[in-house]
Amino acid sequence: MRASLGERIGNYTLLIVFGLFALGPIVTIIAAALGPDDAGGGTSGFGNFGKAWEIGHFGTYLRMSVAVSVTVVVVSVLFSILSGYAFGTMRFRGASALFYLFLIGIMMPTEAIVVPLYFDLRTLGLTDTFWAVALPQVAQSVAFGTFWMRAYFRSSSRSLVEAARLDGAGHWRTLWLILVPPARPALVTLIVLVFMWTWNEFLIPLVMVTSESLRTAPLGLAFFSGQYTSGFTLLAAGAVIVGTPVVLVYAFLQRHFIAGMLEGAVRE
Amino acid sequence: MSSPPGEPRRIGYLYILPAFLVYGAFLLYPLIRAVHLSLFQWDGITLGKFVGLSNYLDVVRDAGLRAAFGHALVLIVFYSVLPVVIGLALATVLHRARVRGLGFFRTIVFLPQVVAMVVVAVAWRNIYSPDGPLNDVLGGSRGWLGDYTFALPAVGVIGTWIETGLVTVLLLAGMARIPSERYEAARLDGAGPVAEFFAVVLPAVRGEIAVAVTLTVIAALRTFDLVYVTTSGGPGTSTSVPSYEVYHRAFELGQVGSAAAVGVCLTALIFLITLGVNRIAERA
Repeated sequence: MRASLGERIGNYTLLIVFGLFALGPIVTIIAAALGPDDAGGGTSGFGNFGKAWEIGHFGTYLRMSVAVSVTVVVVSVLFSILSGYAFGTMRFRGASALFYLFLIGIMMPTEAIVVPLYFDLRTLGLTDTFWAVALPQVAQSVAFGTFWMRAYFRSSSRSLVEAARLDGAGHWRTLWLILVPPARPALVTLIVLVFMWTWNEFLIPLVMVTSESLRTAPLGLAFFSGQYTSGFTLLAAGAVIVGTPVVLVYAFLQRHFIAGMLEGAVRE
Repeated sequence: MSSPPGEPRRIGYLYILPAFLVYGAFLLYPLIRAVHLSLFQWDGITLGKFVGLSNYLDVVRDAGLRAAFGHALVLIVFYSVLPVVIGLALATVLHRARVRGLGFFRTIVFLPQVVAMVVVAVAWRNIYSPDGPLNDVLGGSRGWLGDYTFALPAVGVIGTWIETGLVTVLLLAGMARIPSERYEAARLDGAGPVAEFFAVVLPAVRGEIAVAVTLTVIAALRTFDLVYVTTSGGPGTSTSVPSYEVYHRAFELGQVGSAAAVGVCLTALIFLITLGVNRIAERA
């Protein structure tokens, strides 16, 4: 298929225009973050990040975000491997009913559960704690993770499981020595998706947390943007600090992000 | 449906247990509690009063809530209809042309999906501000997000920006799976690009369109972070949406029962749309 020169120019123009549309807002914020401080603070370039870090307490918020993200990723991926293994390779009474119960969690919006969660956890004295932020997100990620790992174990494992069983391996060894090692790509996808969802989550920490030391990075940024009104430069620098970790992971593992978000949706 | 491999094993319950405990305690139980709370009038502090389905009737009766669901419909046009139309056109052209650099383009247009919504909100609030880049281009000084007429479409355009890349990438993947013989057959029949689009491309990506519509409509219904940071529902209530109302009512107005009812309605709506769109896509 050969296109005329005019057509080719038209196609590349379209590509560039939409590429710029997607990048534009991100570029404006990076440019503002690197420009001279419009609040007259005298900093510019990378100095803005240091200043925003200090004024906006981003060190504290990032520490909380890292702690929450690591906890949610480790716990939910581990639990998802176990439950996905059972749903994908074992037969037991009520398995499909239980699985459908997990599927509800994939579609359920946070808005529906955050209200009762807050008031029930308040009764138990658990609001404004680390676990009030982490555990609801483990529950959400476990719903998707169970679905994701079940699909993986189901599609790939029949002959492997049977071979392992003939060799006399128990169910526990079969999982960790035979099934998990080749599941690495599926696991990486699950890990990056759960990391992204947890890092970017806003509503749960907003509702659950009042102490400043428990604020996650997006929550801290929202408060900073409400309180710091003298200019845009430091706010932009703060936004870049908060957005960068996920974008950095995306830069290296973008195939996993795209495949995971699209396949996860397609299989629903 | 094929049955899962493996012998019947009771041990399966044990493997599911940890996931189920967290899931049950922090997702299923709260959902049941949400339905329960939605039957009460409760300020979150004093004793609640049982009011039956009155909170649900308010979703229809209360002008504020009706408006919020109406705003969600407007957002669906921006989050879903526009991205699907633009994405279809863009993906069709790019797929036909086999241009170079498509992989890089994919990476770029998908980027808005992975940036934290709060960061997106901060960036766009600046773009829309009276002395921001948009007014620099247009030569005015309108505060777009503070304007009764423009605030809701302005939030909507952010949604278009977020979702168009996702839809385009999804459709490109679908179009890549179309066997080239189908194009050749259409061309032998003398079909031009437009006829070819309707005869070959559109039927082949029906499934991808269904997924795109489902994902983007849900995203539109769940616009919370963006509204919270850009407009807080204002000016007035011109950008209040159901998910914002859940937060606003439960934690700022002390109308916990009403908030729970809106949350339950939102969940029901999302379930219905997911099932409905998939049903239509299968039948078509």
